[in-house]
Amino acid sequence: MNRLQVELPGLTLKNPIMPASGCFGFGKEYAQLYDLSKLGAIMVKATTLEPRFGNPTPRVAETPAGMLNAIGLQNPGLEKVVTEELPWLEQYDVPIIANVAGSETEDYVAVAERISKAPNVRALELNISCPNVRCGGITFGTDPKIAGELTRAVKAVSSVPVYVKLSPNVTDVTEIARAVEAGGADGLTLINTLVGMRFDPRTGRPVIANGTGGLSGPAVKPVALRMVYEVSRSVSIPVIGMGGISDVDDVINFMSAGASAVAVGTANFVDHFVCPNLIDALPDRMDELGIRNITELIGRSHR
Amino acid sequence: MIRNEHMKVAGQREIARNIYELVLEGELADEIKEPGKFVHVRAGETLDPLLRRPISIADYGNGRITLIYRAEGYGTRVISEKGLHGQADVLGPLGNGFPVEAAAPGTKALLVGGGIGVPPLYGLSRRLKEAGVEPVHVLGFQSEDVVFYEEEFIRLGETHIATVDGSRGAKGFVTDVMASLGHEFSVYYSCGPLPMLKAVAEGMAGTEGYLSFEERMGCGIGACFACVCRTDSNDRGYVKVCSDGPVFKAGVVTL
Repeated sequence: MNRLQVELPGLTLKNPIMPASGCFGFGKEYAQLYDLSKLGAIMVKATTLEPRFGNPTPRVAETPAGMLNAIGLQNPGLEKVVTEELPWLEQYDVPIIANVAGSETEDYVAVAERISKAPNVRALELNISCPNVRCGGITFGTDPKIAGELTRAVKAVSSVPVYVKLSPNVTDVTEIARAVEAGGADGLTLINTLVGMRFDPRTGRPVIANGTGGLSGPAVKPVALRMVYEVSRSVSIPVIGMGGISDVDDVINFMSAGASAVAVGTANFVDHFVCPNLIDALPDRMDELGIRNITELIGRSHR
Repeated sequence: MIRNEHMKVAGQREIARNIYELVLEGELADEIKEPGKFVHVRAGETLDPLLRRPISIADYGNGRITLIYRAEGYGTRVISEKGLHGQADVLGPLGNGFPVEAAAPGTKALLVGGGIGVPPLYGLSRRLKEAGVEPVHVLGFQSEDVVFYEEEFIRLGETHIATVDGSRGAKGFVTDVMASLGHEFSVYYSCGPLPMLKAVAEGMAGTEGYLSFEERMGCGIGACFACVCRTDSNDRGYVKVCSDGPVFKAGVVTL
């Protein structure tokens, strides 16, 4: 028995560690560094119906223990993703979670229907929380009614389980969580980035060309932990937790707060080997804590 | 192969005002096959500053790399002040460098650098000279106090210095000096701020050229899409400075 294994809707994870969407492209770059089959899963970059160039540069800015980004969902579009990017990933023994984004409900539905049929896509991550695009993205993720309806529409066409990625930029994240659960979501992923800004004292203007960006990294971790804790207590579907995870105790803590697995984002830019390093470090830390199977950790703070 | 190595700090010194030369030792040095690549350096060991800093490789060989950077922002100041505790967390080599073979032996190559864009041209000049190419250097700086490596470049070939305020060399920009050279060049190479690259490319129109770009980076390996530039030269409509560049053939990146 693999003590790191976690079973989730659509996903048999050999360990609970996966790179977060937007931080890992479609895997090719990190495949130069280590064997992607080692990962529990891969959340690939958001895919939209048409190719997107994204926002002007500068697109990133460092902040204390974090970073702001406003990439703007740059991606090669659905056609290229299903004919080139996903087939390339088939050489690895790793389930893919496809992040689906769009401007209109019809876009989400069209992308979800086709991408969910790719043989290595085992789940969708519905991106209703990107703060960096004008249309779509976060506008779907801040209204419980719209979020629930979109989830229902995507569920109706998807061939694989649907996870919905939640935005922290709301007053009550549990309200959205319950709405997408009622809409048929099989799971939740959270948190997406927190909307923030940084200014240049010389020019008096924002550093990021888009003005605002999404804050990620260790700076957001306490917020993420709180939201994973609250959401996992208020729904009965599993949660994949993320937000500033960079060491093995972060993994333990997110799972204790209620996550069934975790995603690692910004830390991939700091330590490019962070995911395999976390996977290697987990068993020893579990031994120290007297944990036999990783699943024992899930939501133990609620008990 | 890209390595992540804790390299030994063999030495660090300030060679001009806020300009530092950092020499590192380690196996990563042997992975570098061409000039103009860069490394991604962690500024400290804590979470702040968080991200790595991309720094061009000024020179390499004998198990060492030389990095020359300007301590201007928070991260580079930390690198210059802390001395990196005797070692540096370095990821690299990254990106694509300058093609030395683009210049035929026996011909002259023009190397134009501006400010902190000058360092990678040093390693390039050394390789060009080894390959039997005659390098001619035009190096622009803001003022005399930030001029560096003048002697080193003079040892490799004809060298012209320009400063904006005229405190050293010719007064004005690199393009003013270029206009007065009167040589035939088989190829040109340039690294510096965007307006300079644009002016150099315009001045050298018709000659094969290679430009090295700078852009804010996240991952440094092409995964995060922070450092894209528009282009008409491929069907994607963009290139990534970190992994498709930082060196591009002139004309590839829309200036």
